Amino acid sequence: MLAISIQIAFALVAAAVAMSFWRLLRGPDAPNRILALDTLYINTIAILVLLGIHLGSALFFEAALLIALMGFIGTVALCKYLLRGDIIE
Amino acid sequence: MLEFLLSLLVLTGASFAFIGSLGLIRLKDLYTRLHGPTKATTLGVGSLLIASAIYFSTYSEQISLHEFLITIFLFITAPVSAHLLAKAALHLGLPSLAEIPEAEEAGQTEMTGTAQTGATEAFEKNERIGSENASPGEKARPEKSESITKTPGTPDQTRP
Repeated sequence: MLAISIQIAFALVAAAVAMSFWRLLRGPDAPNRILALDTLYINTIAILVLLGIHLGSALFFEAALLIALMGFIGTVALCKYLLRGDIIE
Repeated sequence: MLEFLLSLLVLTGASFAFIGSLGLIRLKDLYTRLHGPTKATTLGVGSLLIASAIYFSTYSEQISLHEFLITIFLFITAPVSAHLLAKAALHLGLPSLAEIPEAEEAGQTEMTGTAQTGATEAFEKNERIGSENASPGEKARPEKSESITKTPGTPDQTRP
């Protein structure tokens, strides 16, 4: 039962990644693309956690934590660039 | 029983992530699009991480607590990044679906009894403040009306 629901969850999260990637390509301006990147890294964390349950290995949590950290830093840096024209002033 | 709970949590999390990205496509402007991913996706990833914590705590020897680290980190950082994104969007003056409210209505909300010209002046002033000190959505509006006590009413700080 858990194996089947994990397969369904993989399909759902993959569709979510595809949709946010569509917004990343299509998005009319920069904040829409930043929002799409934000959604994309959160969906990547979801895929890594699902893969950890599926393979039964706890190795993926460090990767998920690193992606969460770097994704947040990237979003903040891009927003600061749009707001101020510079990242570190 | 445990397997049922785990698969329920996994399916809930995955469908929340799916709905959040669906909102990213279906919604019309950026200010409404901010709502979908930042709430639904963190809730989805949160329930996936709870499922993972239960799974690894039962099927391995020790209690697994890495997941709560990621959960806490995501719950702290999601509002911050959404706030910064809305700030950047207001700074760039992105178009919004919401209409700019009437200046007369804005004057009536606080009952200061000023003429309409005063209300429109206050509206323009608020608009200027809103462009510098932007805050997203409806949650920030009452807080803003407290901070600017002199001006009657706080009109919606959206752009035409």
